[in-house]
Amino acid sequence: MAASSAPLPTNPWLGRLRGLGGTLISLAATVLGLLFITFIIARVVPIDPVLAIVGDRATDAQIEATRVALGLDKPMWHQFLIYLGNVLQGDLGTSIRSGEPVLQAVGRVFPATLELSTLGVIIGVLAGVPAGVLAATKPGSIADHIVRLVGLMGYSMPVFWLGLIGLLLFYGVLGWVGGPGRLDAIYQMQFEFDVTPVTGMILIDTALAGRWDMFANALSHIILPASLLGYLSMAYISRMTRSFMMNELGQEYITTARVKGMPEWRVIWVHAMRNVMVPLITVIALSYAYLLEGSVLTETIFAWPGLGSYITDALMTNDMPAVLGGTIVVGVAFVTLNLVSDLLYKLVDPRAR
Amino acid sequence: MLIDPTLRRVGVAVAAALMMTAAPGALLAETPADTLVIADAIDDIVSLDPQEAFEFSGLDVINNVYDGLVELDPSEPTGPQPGLAESWDVSEDGMTFTFKMKPGITFSSGNPVTAEDAAFSLQRAVKLDKSPAFILNQFGWTKDNVDQMVTFDGDTVTLKTDKPYAPTFLYNCLTAGVAVVVDKKTVLEHEANGDLGNEWLKTNSAGTGAYILKSYKPNEGYILQAREGHWRGDAPMKAVFMRHVPEAATQRLLLEKGDIDVARELTPVDIEGIKGNADLKVQSDVGGQIFYLSFNQKNEAYKNEKFLDAMRWAIDYQGLADTVLKGNMVVHQAFLPKGYLGALDDTPFSLDVEKAKALLAESGVTAPKVVIDVRNAADRMEMAQSIQNTFGQVGITVELNIGEGAEQLKRYRARQHDATLQSWGPDYPDPQTNAGSFAWNDNNADDAGTGTLAWRNAYDPGPLNDITAAAVMERDGEKRAAMYQDLQQKHRTTSPFIALFQIGYNSAMRGNVNHFYTGGAIDSAAYWLVTK
Repeated sequence: MAASSAPLPTNPWLGRLRGLGGTLISLAATVLGLLFITFIIARVVPIDPVLAIVGDRATDAQIEATRVALGLDKPMWHQFLIYLGNVLQGDLGTSIRSGEPVLQAVGRVFPATLELSTLGVIIGVLAGVPAGVLAATKPGSIADHIVRLVGLMGYSMPVFWLGLIGLLLFYGVLGWVGGPGRLDAIYQMQFEFDVTPVTGMILIDTALAGRWDMFANALSHIILPASLLGYLSMAYISRMTRSFMMNELGQEYITTARVKGMPEWRVIWVHAMRNVMVPLITVIALSYAYLLEGSVLTETIFAWPGLGSYITDALMTNDMPAVLGGTIVVGVAFVTLNLVSDLLYKLVDPRAR
Repeated sequence: MLIDPTLRRVGVAVAAALMMTAAPGALLAETPADTLVIADAIDDIVSLDPQEAFEFSGLDVINNVYDGLVELDPSEPTGPQPGLAESWDVSEDGMTFTFKMKPGITFSSGNPVTAEDAAFSLQRAVKLDKSPAFILNQFGWTKDNVDQMVTFDGDTVTLKTDKPYAPTFLYNCLTAGVAVVVDKKTVLEHEANGDLGNEWLKTNSAGTGAYILKSYKPNEGYILQAREGHWRGDAPMKAVFMRHVPEAATQRLLLEKGDIDVARELTPVDIEGIKGNADLKVQSDVGGQIFYLSFNQKNEAYKNEKFLDAMRWAIDYQGLADTVLKGNMVVHQAFLPKGYLGALDDTPFSLDVEKAKALLAESGVTAPKVVIDVRNAADRMEMAQSIQNTFGQVGITVELNIGEGAEQLKRYRARQHDATLQSWGPDYPDPQTNAGSFAWNDNNADDAGTGTLAWRNAYDPGPLNDITAAAVMERDGEKRAAMYQDLQQKHRTTSPFIALFQIGYNSAMRGNVNHFYTGGAIDSAAYWLVTK
C-alpha cells in the first residue's frame, strides 16, 4: 500500500459538529459526576433519612417499612442507579417534608432566583466594567484606589451582614426601598388573584399583565437584594476588567492607534475593549453562576422565596431529595452558563472559531 | 472644564443606579385595615389536609378553616365547648357517645353540614391512616371497624369505643385537628385513586371555619379569606396573609416598619430590642414542649432514688430561666404542660448544693460520672453547660456528648444513651398524651420497642402504670385531674426523669392588634377574633 502525504479533505461543518459533540459529552460527564458526588454526600452524612421522615413517634415496624419503601435496604450502587434512572426521566424524587415532587417545587422557586441573580449580574456588569476600565486607564490615581477599595470590601464583607445593614439603612431608616419579600402584602395578595404567572418572574409577569403599579412595587423590593448581589459580582468583575484592560493597553496595536491620532475613548472602548471582552465573558458567566448558586444567605435575609431558601430549608429538615434536586439544578445552570460562555467566546474571538 | 469621557460615562451610570434605587421609595404601602399580615417560619407544613396535618403551622391553618364537633375556647382553652355539635351525651356503660348537630351551618361550598359529614370525617381520618390517625385509633377504631364504630342517624353522630374510656379523654381528643369536619360531597368530588380527596385537600379547603384557604405556596406563604355570614359571626379581618419569613431580624424590621402586623419568631434579643417602641407590644405564651433530663436505668446507679434526688437539687432552674433562657423557657417541673387537665404548676426543686451533696453521700454512689447526650442547639447547650457546672459543684462529673438531633434520637430510641437532655411536645389536648409516654411502660424488654419515653430510659413505672391506666378510664373529670396530679407528684420524685422547663413563645405585634390568640400549650392560633 502506497503511503499518501496528501491531507484528507475536511468538511468545516464536520469539525464544528465534532467540537459541539465533545462539549456536550463533557457537559454530560460533569453533570453525572455532580449527581454521583451529591448522592454519595447525601447518603454518608450521619443522619438517618428514615427517622427524618417518620419522626420521633414512629414504631420500629413503620421505620422498617419506610426504609424498604425508599429503597434504602438496597446496596448503595443499586440506589444510585435507580436514582440516576429517575433523574434521566425527569423525576428528581419527592420532597420528604411536603410530599411535593422536587421538580415541581424547583420549577416554582427557580424563577425567583433567576430574576434576582440576572438583575444582580446586570448591575454588576454595568458598574463593574466601567469601574475596571477607569481604574486601568488611571492606574495609581484616586479613582483606581477607590475602585480597588470598593472591590476589596465586596470580597471581604460577609453578605448577611451587608444585607442586614442594607435593609436597616435603605428600608428601615431611609425608606427608599421595599422591605423583604417580593411585594408589599397588599400587592402580594392582588398578585395571587389578579395576575396569571407566565414566567414566575414578578417583574416580567406584572409587566405582561400591564400592572405597572405592581411592577414598580416589585422593583422597589428587588432593587436592594439585586444591588447587593450586583455589588458582590462588581467586586470581581471590576478587578478582572482592570487587569485585562491594563494588559491590553500595553500592547503595540494600542500605541499604533494612539499614534494615528484616534480619540482615547475609541482606543479604549472599541479597540482594547474588543479584546478584553474575550476573557471577560468567562468572568461574567462565572459571576452569574456564582450568584445563582450563592444567593442562599441573601434569599434568607430578604425572605426571597427562591432556590437558595428552598435548599436551606430542606437542609434544616434533613429533606435530602429536595437538597439533591436543588443542587442538581444549580449544577445544570452552572454547566449551561459555561456552555453559553464557550459559544460566546467563539463568537467574539475569531481565533477560537 | 473638560471632563474625561470615560469618567463622564461612569458618572452617568452611577447617577442612574442611584435614581433606580431611590425612585420607588414613595410606593411603600402599610398593611390594609381589614387584613392581618403575619410573619412566621412555616416551613414545617407538610399538608393542609386536616386528617393529615400534624405540625404547628399547618394546625394553625386547620384551626381557622375547619371546626370540630367540640372545640376549645381560643381565649381560654380549658375544656371542650360546643362546636358543630350543640349537645352530647354518653351511655350508662360509657362506651357509646352521641353528638347532636347544630342546625343551619354550611360549608364554604354552600353545602349544609350534616351528621353524615361528621361521621365521614372521623372515618376518613382512620382510613387515611396519616400521622395523627393514632389519636383516634386509641378508641379501638381501625380501618376495618370504623364504619361500625362511627355512625350517623338524622342529626346525630354516634361514636362507640372499645372500652369505657374517660369521657373527657374522648372529648379532648375530638378537639384535635385530626377530628375536624370536612365537606364530604366536595372532598369526594376531588377524590383520585381512592385517596379520599387527600391530594386535593393538601392545598385546598372544604370546611366550616371562619376562613377559606385561598392560596398556599410552600415556603412562601398562605392567604385565608373570611367567609361572609359565618355562623360564629363575621371575622373582623377579611383576609389573613401569612408570609414565610425565616430570619428573626427580618421579621423584626418588617414589624417595626409596619409592613406586617404580627411577628411570631422573634428571638429574646429582638423582643428586648423592641420593648422601648411604643408602637409595638409583646404577647407571651407558653407552648406545649417540655424540656427534661432523663437517665437510662440500664445503668443501675440511676435506680438509686437518693442519687436521682441529689441531681434534682443540683440544677439551677431559675438561674437559667432568668438569664440565658430568658423569654424562651419557663421553669416547669412536671410532665404535663401548663394548660393541660391536671397540670402541676408548683416548682418544688431549686439549686441547693449542700442538700444535693448530702443526698449524694446518703446514696452511696461514689465518684459518679454522667454522660449527657445533647443536641447541638444553642438553648440546649446553655442548659447542658449550666448542669455540667452545678453537678460539678456537687461532685458529679458530667461529660457532654454533643451531636446532631436525628442521630441523638436514634441512640435514645435504641436505649444506648447514659443520660439525655430532650424535649417532648404533646400530641393532642389530653393529659394521656404525656402520661402515656412518661409514665407508661408495660414491657421493659429490649425488643419490646414500645417507644414510650419510659421504655427508652428502661424505666419500669411499676404502680405508676396502674395510675396511668386508671386515669384514662376515670369518668369523673375532677377525679381524673386529681389522679394526674398524684401521678406527676410520684413521677417527679421516683422516676429517672427531671422535668426542667416549658417552652415560652413571644409574639410581637403592632399596638393596634387585639385578640390575637396563639392557642398556648394546648390549642392552635385563632385569627377570626383579631381586630386592629
